[in-house]
Amino acid sequence: MISVQQLTKKYSRNLAVDHISFEVQRGEIVGFLGPNGAGKTTTMRMLTCFLPPTSGAASVAGFDVLEQPLEVKKRIGYLPETPPLYPEMETVEYLTFVGRLKGLPPAEISKRVDYVCERCSIGDVRKKLISKLSKGYRQRVGLAQAIIHNPDVLILDEPTAGLDPKQINETRDLIRSLAGDHTIILSTHILPEVEQTCEKVIIINKGKLVATDTVENLQARARGAESMLVEVAGRASGFDSAAVRSRLERVPGVTRVALKDSRDSRASFQVESQKGFVRGDLARAVVESGWDLNELRPTAVSLEEIFLQLTAQGAEDTKPAAQVKSA
Amino acid sequence: MRNVWIIFRKEIRSYFVSPIAYLLLTMFAVIFGFFFWNGLGYFVHVGMESQMRGEMLPMNVNEQIIRPLLNNCSVIGLFFIPMITMRLFAEEKRSGTIELLATSPVRDIEVIIGKWLAAVALYVCMLFFTALNFGFLFRYGNPDWKPLAIGYLGLLLQAGSLLAIGTFISTLTKNQIIAGAATFAVCLMFWVFEWVSGYETATWAKVLSYMSVTVHFDSFARGVIELKDALYYTTLILVGLFFTARSMESLRWRS
Repeated sequence: MISVQQLTKKYSRNLAVDHISFEVQRGEIVGFLGPNGAGKTTTMRMLTCFLPPTSGAASVAGFDVLEQPLEVKKRIGYLPETPPLYPEMETVEYLTFVGRLKGLPPAEISKRVDYVCERCSIGDVRKKLISKLSKGYRQRVGLAQAIIHNPDVLILDEPTAGLDPKQINETRDLIRSLAGDHTIILSTHILPEVEQTCEKVIIINKGKLVATDTVENLQARARGAESMLVEVAGRASGFDSAAVRSRLERVPGVTRVALKDSRDSRASFQVESQKGFVRGDLARAVVESGWDLNELRPTAVSLEEIFLQLTAQGAEDTKPAAQVKSA
Repeated sequence: MRNVWIIFRKEIRSYFVSPIAYLLLTMFAVIFGFFFWNGLGYFVHVGMESQMRGEMLPMNVNEQIIRPLLNNCSVIGLFFIPMITMRLFAEEKRSGTIELLATSPVRDIEVIIGKWLAAVALYVCMLFFTALNFGFLFRYGNPDWKPLAIGYLGLLLQAGSLLAIGTFISTLTKNQIIAGAATFAVCLMFWVFEWVSGYETATWAKVLSYMSVTVHFDSFARGVIELKDALYYTTLILVGLFFTARSMESLRWRS
């Protein structure tokens, strides 16, 4: 449905999107994941023909975004990061306008407006001015706007940003329920969101494609690790947090140690390890080295951290490949 | 064509649901009303005086009221045009709705023409108030309607060209105030360019004065359609809209 090859966008100085390639099949929900400024929005804007790519090609439903933009635009519903709403219009009026703009036949418009109002549960604000709507309703009107012409492809840029938890859940449910009829790409920097709504994940970082993976694989990575907080205090005056760190790293099973906080003769570390019982070993290592163990408690592995780790690994993985290419 | 109509309707609506249209129309009606009252008062005064002296001066409603008023109207228009055009694209850029327009299956040029026509339509609404005033002349006097019709055509052409330039300037910024101020500056320059011809006869002065929009209006105010003047305005409209189209395209390459 969507095919992207070596897509690149270069702004005057920086490379926002750097030779990205991926494919999305019909009916899939794909999460576009990356930290802020990774190039998610730029990629989406290129797919929706809002920005032309610097090089590379992208096609939607078989139409090239540069060669046949009008055909592409007919088949795409797009919700930008800030919903493109006209505050001086009423909800129904706005949706009618967008329906016309997207080229719906006049006879069908009111039927489609009723349908999307019901689908996005905005029936009770039909006659309200958009400027009077709450953030959650605005987002849903934005979503309704994106699906009004029943597009093959839905592109949603951070559809849950700025919503409260209840609204986030409702929006995710809504997006999932749309999956059958539409191919959906949604961007986010929140990992659980991808977990809950998407089948496939495309991770990008600093404009580069880091990984394309299924959600199951990502979750498997999350389950395979354990994480804990360790606070160590030294008695002697020559307390060196680097020494503690290197000692902790030598404990078998530990995969990563990060210094979280260090003041006077105390330091706390975030320690990640393989699944198993390394806590005892950690405690012994600290005590036997002559330090005090102030605190040792397991912390939930935050999915964001896993993701960060993944992007870091991914960057290392792609480096040799790039070198091979240039050689 | 359908898309132009869709955009046109939306723009007209947003003029008239916000206070902009009413404010502009009221201000224009008051200002033009004052000019009309003033012009008519002077005409009546001169008429009375000539009767008292017993000598009949040639009096002509078209020449002595309508023509100067049309010229006034063309200048007043210069002050209102920035207020009509400043929001056209700046507002869409600021609120992000430009993304909706740019990702919908409509051509840029359809959006531009729709918006420009809406601006022209609002100007026509303003002209309606001048017609109300001129109506009194037809009720109590006997002016010739043809020069007036040509005058209106001239006003429309002049406003059309400045509105096209205003539309272009509105695509350059997200800030309505900047768009408005810049358009106002341009309108003002296009008016005062005419003045150099008063003391300078060199070629550059001729060129500069030829560029002035008000110079070309004079023939229309006299009730004459001059080809070169009509052509000047048409060219300016096309150039303005063309620049707007280029600017919209460049938005995509720059942003």
